Amino acid sequence: MTATELGLPTVGGLVGVPTADEPQKAKDYKSDQEVRWCPGCGDYVVLNAVQSFLPTLGLKRENIVFVSGIGCSSRFPYYMNTYGMHSIHGRAPAIATGLAVARPDLSVWVVTGDGDALSIGGNHLIHTLRRNVNLKILLFNNRIYGLTKGQYSPTSEEGKVTKSTPLGSLDHPFNPVSLALGAEATFVGRAVDSDRAGLTEVLRQAAEHRGSALVEIYQNCPIFNDGAFDVLKDADEAARRIINVVDGQPITFGNGEYSVVREGFGLAVAKSADVSPADVVVHDASDLNLSFALSRLSTQDLQHTVTGVFRNVARTTYDDAARAQVEQAKAAKPADLRALLHGKDTWTVAG
Amino acid sequence: MTTDVGNGAAPGGSPDRTGPGQTEPGRTGTVRKLDRVVIRFAGDSGDGMQLTGDRFTSEAAAFGNDLATQPNFPAEIRAPQGTLPGVSSFQLHFADYDILTPGDRPDVLVAMNPAALKANIDDLPKGGILIVNTDEFTKRNLVKVGYAADPLEDNSLTETYQVHKVAMATLTIGALEDTGLGKKDAERAKNMFALGLLSWMYHRPTEGTERFLREKFAKKPDIAEANVLAFRAGWNYGETTESFAVTYEVAPAKLNQGTYRQITGNTALAYGLVAAGQQSGLPVVLGTYPITPASDILHELSKHKNFGITTLQAEDEIAGIGAALGASYGGALGVTSTSGPGVALKSETIGLAVMTELPLIVIDVQRGGPSTGLPTKTEQADLLQAMFGRNGESPVAIVAPQSPADCFDAAMEAARIALVYRTPVLLLSDGAIANGSEPWLIPELSELPDLGVEFATEPNSPDGETFWPYLRDPETLARPWAVPGTAGLQHRIGGLEKADGTGNISYDPANHDYMVRLRQRKIDGIEVPDVEVDDPSGEARVLVVGWGSSYGPIGAAARRVRKLGLPVAHAHLRHLNPFPKNLGDVLARYDRVVVPEMNLGQLALLLRAKYLVDAISYTKVQGLPFKAEELQDVLADVIKGVSE
Repeated sequence: MTATELGLPTVGGLVGVPTADEPQKAKDYKSDQEVRWCPGCGDYVVLNAVQSFLPTLGLKRENIVFVSGIGCSSRFPYYMNTYGMHSIHGRAPAIATGLAVARPDLSVWVVTGDGDALSIGGNHLIHTLRRNVNLKILLFNNRIYGLTKGQYSPTSEEGKVTKSTPLGSLDHPFNPVSLALGAEATFVGRAVDSDRAGLTEVLRQAAEHRGSALVEIYQNCPIFNDGAFDVLKDADEAARRIINVVDGQPITFGNGEYSVVREGFGLAVAKSADVSPADVVVHDASDLNLSFALSRLSTQDLQHTVTGVFRNVARTTYDDAARAQVEQAKAAKPADLRALLHGKDTWTVAG
Repeated sequence: MTTDVGNGAAPGGSPDRTGPGQTEPGRTGTVRKLDRVVIRFAGDSGDGMQLTGDRFTSEAAAFGNDLATQPNFPAEIRAPQGTLPGVSSFQLHFADYDILTPGDRPDVLVAMNPAALKANIDDLPKGGILIVNTDEFTKRNLVKVGYAADPLEDNSLTETYQVHKVAMATLTIGALEDTGLGKKDAERAKNMFALGLLSWMYHRPTEGTERFLREKFAKKPDIAEANVLAFRAGWNYGETTESFAVTYEVAPAKLNQGTYRQITGNTALAYGLVAAGQQSGLPVVLGTYPITPASDILHELSKHKNFGITTLQAEDEIAGIGAALGASYGGALGVTSTSGPGVALKSETIGLAVMTELPLIVIDVQRGGPSTGLPTKTEQADLLQAMFGRNGESPVAIVAPQSPADCFDAAMEAARIALVYRTPVLLLSDGAIANGSEPWLIPELSELPDLGVEFATEPNSPDGETFWPYLRDPETLARPWAVPGTAGLQHRIGGLEKADGTGNISYDPANHDYMVRLRQRKIDGIEVPDVEVDDPSGEARVLVVGWGSSYGPIGAAARRVRKLGLPVAHAHLRHLNPFPKNLGDVLARYDRVVVPEMNLGQLALLLRAKYLVDAISYTKVQGLPFKAEELQDVLADVIKGVSE
């Protein structure tokens, strides 16, 4: 077996999706369905951010599709005045893959949660990322199962006491960004639900990226895991904890008080005053090792929480390549059904 | 048309058409004319028996015989050499009239080693021809399969069969001496020696095989020549040694007018999907995961991307059907292919397709179960899984092909139902027809059905303002297919219960009751052709009902009992859900209904439940198709019981 160079050009994530004739507003993206999340749910914030953000893309609404799995966040498509499918638990990436392969003229978004994407649907997630299907995956991470009323999830911290773990959870949690980078995702970002500007910026870059984009969104569940991300929402705490990375920029935070520097094979946080400016790491979203090391600065205790775009590289997308194979085959050989059915060896019986 | 099957009792073929011996110019010895012959090639799974059988089949097809084939191979790619589990065989039935099965028992058994002999000898009727490769009958190989003594040395075989001992490996190596090929490589061509010998015995044309070998080994000309030489050596061995006093001829069959080719079930199924794409004008997207015995559908379709076919080998069975459903949602013809264990994994997505009412073809090439079961053997035990194997009331359409070539039509029919009724359709093939082959009367393109579909383009609500995704066609009860990208029809679908019409989420008790019944009514109302009854005398009081791959053995058994003067009617079901509208009337017309199945009575259960018919269930689950002779006995007993 030999590899075939498909020779595909690198193009933006939205190339091929028809653009709208008129400017759009956020309300154009609100469906007629009543939103039924619990009061105070972080999902509202994300929904509003997405509805405000989509008009800036200037796409025809009918060419946008939201596909979701099961869980609180997966109700998302019902509230969007686009096409949408609320599918089954964990399978949204698989369904969206078929849709994206069949339809180059669609902007396809997957909405999923920590249980949906990382537990029951973990296999589909990593395979979608490695294939680099042109999908934008919004992973709402609230570190709990909400719709089933409060069991621990694959991102819950060890020892977490929940309905199903009265003596504490035994599971070691996933770091979704590390997982995605391990699967060689071409785009990985993270945002916090309450940071609308930061979330919108990650969404913008994700939309422009051609290929799979995984965006982890820390999202508060006020009923079953309230306050999970509170330390990131207090201004003083956030300044010490949130490290927002920008491609090409030195990685500093806390109004410059802290910097990220190299330490062994990984990274560490230092007081800026203690290090030479030359030692401050400059973010490079094309450097997989750097992206991975950044993801390891974040643990469940949120002592340091990296946000922004960890990784953003161009690689041929699966769906573009799949369509290119079909087009090449069509160009090479006419679709002669009669010839196919007859094959090489026929014989004729006379009447 | 002949409506008879030979008895296959006499050596080398059936006795009733055996003509007087005669000689032919250029050939020595006696030539006997036969109406049909069953040959079984058996050897180690590394011996190339499938290829050998396949080539003989092509020769028979090229000669114009009717034919049917049945490969039988182990699940292991290479079981330990020379052992019983490693035996691979290929059975071929060819005739001068239309035949229905690969044959119950071989007239000729070619055994390449002691394991092949031991595993197959019990199937060879007394007086049958046995050709053995003596080179493999070493003490070590004999012990491996439990022979205390060499069965070729005592009289046990020669008393019962016409035994031809041929040192095939030695002769092949000898024939290839001048080629410079190593002993091991040369020995590998012994299957072509066997093919050459059999081709001589049955007066087969040889040009096709020589051409095939040169093409297959085009990149290794020395190997190609070695195989051609071995093939010719086998032929010449028959011609010169005089140990074969008699050769046999089977004249071309008088089949219906038209152009034929040989085809396996999986290939015909793949072609049916290609044709369905062309006839519907839709791209075909196959989302699938490798599984025996369905993988060849993926292999075949992946060769035909020029027809607008996308094949997606997913990370698992669930992703395969997910991708297919996603593609259907986008306006393609979504297809997934698998076997029973895969259907189990796909159940939840089939349910989603039932709820979202999107077209989807789910191909189940059934194999022995439960669990991993018998991966390479056949069974029909997924009917109830197809029918009921999902949570909730989740009706789907079910169709089944009855022979290898019929897989083409079954695939087209599955596409028709899926597209017209916006429903998943389960297509139940099985290992026997998937790998078996037969001549196929190739249809003219003008005979193929038009499968064109119309997508929704306009708002359809009563006030004409909005789009209601669950407003139905009053005749088919199908909902509109509005694909993303259609302006003004933005809507959301999913697995939650839908309000009738608007398709909004609804937990209303009365609505759920209504929708459950509506989905059932839609499937029940699918238009399917009436089932036809084959009863040549019109006097039958016993009806035999079958489905799927048992068509051949049941049909052959019916011919046999009719020949004995016992009338019997045969009805074979293409549609398992819904059943044909006339099925109840047909069942009621007969005193007794017999239902043979390769399961424990799944169709019989459905017929009993739906029609209150006291069906006699005859079942067998040995991983092999029914034999015509056993069904003959079953039917004869029932018919005699009725007439007493």
